[in-house]
Amino acid sequence: MSEDDPNKTTASDSGVSRRDFLKISSISAAVVPLIGSQVVEAAGTPVKIYGPGKVPMELTVNGKKQTLQLEPRVTLLDALRDNLDITGAKRVCDRGECGACTVLLDNKAVYACSVLAIDAQGKSITTVESLSQGNKLHPVQQAYVDNDASQCGFCTPGFIVATKAFLDKHPHPTDEDIRRGLSGNLCRCGTYHGIQQVIAQFAQKGA
Amino acid sequence: MPDYSWPIAEQRTLIGKRISRVDSPDKVSGRAKYSYDYFQQGMLFGKILRSPHAKARIVSIDSTAAEKMPGVKAVEILQKVGATVQWEGDEIAAVAAVDESTAEDAVRAIKVQYEALPHLVSDAEPPANAASLAGPLSDDDIYDALSNQMPDQDLISLLEKNGVSFHVDQDFLNELKSSEVPDPVVQAVAKAQFHETTGARSNFQKAAVIKQGDVDQAMSAAEGTIEGIYGVPLITHCCLETHGSTAEWPSKDQLLVHLSTQNVSGIPGQMADPLGIPAANVRQKQDHVGGGFGSKFAADRWDIAAAKLSRKAGGKPVRMMLERDSELKVAGARPSAFARVKVAFNKDGTITGWQSQSWGTGGVGGGGMPPIPYVFNIPNQRKEHIAIRTNTGPARAWRAPNHPQAAVITMGAIEDAAAKLKMDPLEMFLKNIDLAKPRQDIYREEFGIASELMGWKDKWRPRGENISGSTARGLGLSIHTWGGRGHESNCDLSIHPDGSVDIKMGSQDLGTGTRTCILIVAAETLGIPMEAISLHIGDTIYPTSGGSGGSTTIGGVSSSTRRAAVQAREMLFAKVAPALNAQPDDLECAAGSVRVKSDTKRSLSWKQACAKLGAMPATARGKNPDKEHPPDLTNSGVGGVQMAEVEADIETGVVHVKKMVAVQDCGLVIDVKTAETQCYGALIMGISYALFEEKVMDQLTGRMLNPDMEFYRLAGISDIPELVVHMMTGKGYDEKGVIGLGEPPVISPGAAISNAVANAIGVRVPFLPLTPDRVLKALNDRNLD
Repeated sequence: MSEDDPNKTTASDSGVSRRDFLKISSISAAVVPLIGSQVVEAAGTPVKIYGPGKVPMELTVNGKKQTLQLEPRVTLLDALRDNLDITGAKRVCDRGECGACTVLLDNKAVYACSVLAIDAQGKSITTVESLSQGNKLHPVQQAYVDNDASQCGFCTPGFIVATKAFLDKHPHPTDEDIRRGLSGNLCRCGTYHGIQQVIAQFAQKGA
Repeated sequence: MPDYSWPIAEQRTLIGKRISRVDSPDKVSGRAKYSYDYFQQGMLFGKILRSPHAKARIVSIDSTAAEKMPGVKAVEILQKVGATVQWEGDEIAAVAAVDESTAEDAVRAIKVQYEALPHLVSDAEPPANAASLAGPLSDDDIYDALSNQMPDQDLISLLEKNGVSFHVDQDFLNELKSSEVPDPVVQAVAKAQFHETTGARSNFQKAAVIKQGDVDQAMSAAEGTIEGIYGVPLITHCCLETHGSTAEWPSKDQLLVHLSTQNVSGIPGQMADPLGIPAANVRQKQDHVGGGFGSKFAADRWDIAAAKLSRKAGGKPVRMMLERDSELKVAGARPSAFARVKVAFNKDGTITGWQSQSWGTGGVGGGGMPPIPYVFNIPNQRKEHIAIRTNTGPARAWRAPNHPQAAVITMGAIEDAAAKLKMDPLEMFLKNIDLAKPRQDIYREEFGIASELMGWKDKWRPRGENISGSTARGLGLSIHTWGGRGHESNCDLSIHPDGSVDIKMGSQDLGTGTRTCILIVAAETLGIPMEAISLHIGDTIYPTSGGSGGSTTIGGVSSSTRRAAVQAREMLFAKVAPALNAQPDDLECAAGSVRVKSDTKRSLSWKQACAKLGAMPATARGKNPDKEHPPDLTNSGVGGVQMAEVEADIETGVVHVKKMVAVQDCGLVIDVKTAETQCYGALIMGISYALFEEKVMDQLTGRMLNPDMEFYRLAGISDIPELVVHMMTGKGYDEKGVIGLGEPPVISPGAAISNAVANAIGVRVPFLPLTPDRVLKALNDRNLD
């Protein structure tokens, strides 16, 4: 976008382009107070903005508080992978199409590539790494092993987290539930047959 | 000499059983590390500037602004001014910066001027007379001809007549020789006259004309003929882990690269030359790879760039993983193939003649003719192929190169012939199965099993006669073959005096179960649990093993592991024999002990036995192939049969696969569980390319229109029907030895599904993917007839 875009709002008077403004709108609900913010007029109302440089953030990942310095535009996925070296969630499409980056945010499955790290503050972030304790796998993970539901394994962590969230919500899923509930994750090697067996196993005995 | 042969069925405790893959716990827990996951505090991030044009000359490149940007640590120009880019996304320059966004900003700051040139991204049927006869042959032309089943004598006379357009050097000749090209062909290349090529080459080149028997006579004598058009578009590999690597220089002339590859041992040799260092100074390391499917054999230009950037930046790691759009644009596509086919047959279903005009593109190199007619060696044939040189991007091997395309074309034409005769295609395939020599008996047996599993006889109806309301139901089938002999592999196995065992091999596990199978073979041979063995692969510090392509891995690694384990076991027996008061030949390993065969009560526990080794471990190197240590443990040549059941809505054009059956032979199966998974996966990948996948090119701009995972559609879990897999094992199969399975089961799904849709809706949908628009068009075209 060019600087002399005719659509720019009053926010641009304080050096904020429309693109930045859109980012600001998406973080308007941030609940944790931040240092490094400033208040500008945007569309006639005062708005707190953060960045564009690095700002301090606090993320609660797998029960542990992590303090980071990140630009507000950094996604939760990149914060986990490239700052905390928590790499179970994979970057595959990076735009909410494949589910390989699925994590739990306050126990709800989300695509970590489509959540800004700054928006994940104050929420409980659960990644695939926390589901197992040492060599003791979570029952969903064990079922993936038993049913040979991973090949190259790159989609597997996302599927595991999505399956756990799905089964928590649908302990006795119907075929239609499965079709809908796990259609947000994609696999290239073709492990869906094994994943169907995993779900069938839980559907029979209840999660 | 010890007996290396595979244990007989009664003696096997692990081989041929259903064993869970050993790396699953790492994968399901997120512990498994891929190249993309390699991370170090302070590492740098690489980005590539790519051409927005499908074809253009580079007029100028100015990177000064990028180099001055804060946070930018290195810039590399990858193409010379004056060079011609041949596809959208071709690499122009690369940068490394402290974070990804800075690297992206720097890429945008590089100014490149292009002179756009006319491009061709269409692989539609070449206009009449558009194809030029081959002029002087380029190196690509020669490779195409060789991979094209062009008879040696034809290629030799073409070389004599037309000469070559490049200077043939010894390296090129050596490369041909090492690829097992017959000597007369190599000599003809060496002797070929050099001719300067004049002017632009035609985009359409006659790549092959092949004749067998007398097709004109066969056509005129036939009791029936059909003519049809069939084809498969360009599709991409779409590996979930994109291509790329992280490169770092632990010292000034030592490169450590974490490259996502199917070809661990083959990487140093590819990186050495462009970096000006000995291959011995390159170390490749990888634990897991997130999909390859044939597209990850090379150290690519972006990998070389990452290594150069890292060197410039003082050796810090530079991560260079492709973005999703680049992955789909430049990191490989399966060549397209289309054909107009005429088949001659008699009323009893006997096929007597095949005539085809085929075309397709594998990108700028053109590409070869698929092996049509596939599997069936029809007595009278005439085949012409036109290779289209396009700016669609590079082609790469995609599981079973050329075979899925050949299956769609061939099995489609035979099914159409059966439909014309109102004959059950199963009957027609069986009628002609002797043309599938030497595997006709395997197919016959597999057809029997497959038709039972599908319920073919109860369900099959003549074409278009199973429609109720808007729902049309149909069945289709296809057969396939593949080689799959084990590649070269070296395995070091050590039995340590404390009883521990380790294996080292420069191989890789693509998610096919390679780790699991190596451990099964070693544990079976040594009579100890798999968990008692530590396995090290994925690193060039281990003995070299071949790239994982063409279904060659399982035959290679299982053979080298077996030989290493038998040899190490012999060394152990020699040390243990005196303690058991027996001859080494009388000893065996079983159930965690070393014991006397004729008196199994005389035994030592594994640990006690290993203690007899003294101070040094028993280390053995097993190889494949190894004529000095017979027998041959691997083999080549498998047959498979697949059947598909579909429902198609003739009002909306939507196709659903309802059931698929795969019956597959692959010789001796090491692990039935992972073998079946390979087949399930292949069926699913097949459903995906049959119904959804296509690399769509914009004719005007020359760009790919769907370089993301929303519009480049992969099958999802809701597209997957009941799948039935049956592995052929036991007598007649086990004795063949170990044969690869990566390619065979992915060949037939497209053909079987296409045939099932034709059977359901009453008309052939010529080209995959079988999208609603294509289905409706086929129905509409028939109504116009």
